[in-house]
Amino acid sequence: MRSRIWPIMRKEFLEIWRDTRSLGFVLVMPVLMLLLYGYGISSDVKRVPLAVYDRDGQPPARELVRRFTSTEYFVETVRVGSLRELRQAIDRGDARVGLMIPEDFSQKLGAGRPAPVQFVVDGSDSNTASIAIGNIASISRSTELAPRDLRPQVFITPKAENPVPIELRTWVWYNPELKSSNFLVPGLTAVILMMLAAILTSLTVAREWERGTMEGLIASPLRPYELMVGKILPYVVIGLVDVVLVLLLGVLWFGVPLRGSLLLLMVSSTIFLLGGLGIGLSISAATKSVQVAFQLSILATMLPALLLSGFFYPIENMPAILRAITYLIPARYFLVVIRGIFLKGVGLAVLWKELVFLSLFAVLMLVASSAKFKKRLE
Amino acid sequence: MNSDPAVEVSDLTKRFGRFVAVDRVSFQVRRGEIFGFLGPNGSGKSTTIRMLCGILLPTSGRGMVAGFDVAKQPEQVRENIGYMSQRFSLYEELTVQENLDFFAGIYALARAEASTRLEEVLAMGGLAGYRNVLAKDLPGGLRQRLALASAIIHRPSVLFLDEPTAGVDPISRREFWELIRAMAAGGTAIFVTTHYMDEAEHCHALAFIYEGRLIAAGPPSQLKIGLHGCLVEVAVQPADLIPALGVLQAHPRACDAALFGAGLHVTLDSPGAIPALQASLREYGITAQRIEAIVPSLEDVFVSLVAREVGV
Repeated sequence: MRSRIWPIMRKEFLEIWRDTRSLGFVLVMPVLMLLLYGYGISSDVKRVPLAVYDRDGQPPARELVRRFTSTEYFVETVRVGSLRELRQAIDRGDARVGLMIPEDFSQKLGAGRPAPVQFVVDGSDSNTASIAIGNIASISRSTELAPRDLRPQVFITPKAENPVPIELRTWVWYNPELKSSNFLVPGLTAVILMMLAAILTSLTVAREWERGTMEGLIASPLRPYELMVGKILPYVVIGLVDVVLVLLLGVLWFGVPLRGSLLLLMVSSTIFLLGGLGIGLSISAATKSVQVAFQLSILATMLPALLLSGFFYPIENMPAILRAITYLIPARYFLVVIRGIFLKGVGLAVLWKELVFLSLFAVLMLVASSAKFKKRLE
Repeated sequence: MNSDPAVEVSDLTKRFGRFVAVDRVSFQVRRGEIFGFLGPNGSGKSTTIRMLCGILLPTSGRGMVAGFDVAKQPEQVRENIGYMSQRFSLYEELTVQENLDFFAGIYALARAEASTRLEEVLAMGGLAGYRNVLAKDLPGGLRQRLALASAIIHRPSVLFLDEPTAGVDPISRREFWELIRAMAAGGTAIFVTTHYMDEAEHCHALAFIYEGRLIAAGPPSQLKIGLHGCLVEVAVQPADLIPALGVLQAHPRACDAALFGAGLHVTLDSPGAIPALQASLREYGITAQRIEAIVPSLEDVFVSLVAREVGV
């Protein structure tokens, strides 16, 4: 007897191929998402407007300002003559960072003593502020104005009075330039894969119900597992095509380094995909409407993968209850895997725990959804 | 071929919670017979058909299809039946041939058998010229025939058709019934639901279902005779239609009176009551242009059966 799985796969491929909307969804959406996120919400903080309050006015002070403004991170927008003016410049938004050089700066430097300068950072956008502070620190460190080490001292304070000195000595591993695409591309791969897998599978089953073709399939001798496998395999293939697409774009366009094993990356992506497909099938068991399936899939995959996976917001910073929930989000584990392979170049020895969880999740979802599938048929 | 009935149903019941969708229904369908299952929307027609196709599990009672028990051997039942659901379930983005290939595939027809059957059903459905047309681009009548072709590609011995002619033009409907009659002549048992009473005339046997219960069954001719009493048609001026209905419904010798097109259909206790009817109308100043006994249509039979059912 001929296998009944192949006719279903063939049918699924034909349907996707002919339906320009789903084809666009499969091929364009990942690229579009990567470009939009890659550029739109790039967290690289560049060309930050800088207000300069130079009370020293000597060449070393001017040199210090030049060191900052000659990078792509800061642009001098205003020069102020008092703390009041500095404050006004930041209040008006003309500057986000203020640099105050004390009148004895050159003198101290000449005497070989530490010569502190003060930075005032607009903390109203805490994300930008903290990245700007990071940039200030790294520029100061590389600035050798005097033969002796110039100690960078950055004062972070919303008020100019009572400065609290914090000494920063950072050594960034794996992504020394803190390029946001290096962390966005692997993270987005997780989000895109999860979403695509769940949406496509839930839609393909919901469409059968909505169109009435499911009844014909149920009245046929087709077995539940044959239907499931026949429906899942095409989307595994499509998901892997998308993985390759996102990888190519990430590596060739955004210049993200791929330091680990490509094979391990593909294998773990497949495992992760199967979990997403399982979510999609479970959703389609819960609803027969294409519309609802679509919305549920986005809710169930995109939001958790974006917000609770540690992609944008570090898990450590979440309240305990949310932190507990993140353990149930497969994207959390995949993110560790994909960032590990991409940026750290680590392998199975480090990532096996995450991969075991992802495999368990995939098996669980697939078994649960096939059990539901069976009930439907009776 | 044996002489066992193709479908044998006894006391088949389906409950959804407290709602009884199908209530102790029993009937038989022989091979080569077109069995019409009639009833208004929501009367339990589709629920019955779904139980017989192994889509729904019966709550109680027994259903045997092609010699297999629908509750205990659904796999074997599914191997032997064809099912065409209410909306012609086709894959819109697939061509005629791809749709048929798909169904040949899920019924696991051998390659040679599949290609032979493909040509046969294409020819039968008059679809040979459309094999590379997408299903979504087919006109209604052809869609219906493609759905039928998909349902019979594996030569089922029992064919279930759920409202197969809904939304199809009259010419296509007639052609469709010719196909169905030819298949029955070839020995296939055909179970068809419809709410078009005129289509019931194509059937060899009928069963009326109302609120989940079978209220009558038999060949069309027998059902018509079985309509007790005598049916007359009363023609009056259009303006008199409503007053006349009131008079006739209140008349002691009329069992039932109903509007029917531009006239009235009245069931009398005997043909001798016609003069009495005329006299009553005259009393109210209504002139009956014509009163004559007629052969009831199946719609009359159905209306009268339902009236009796509701009255009981």
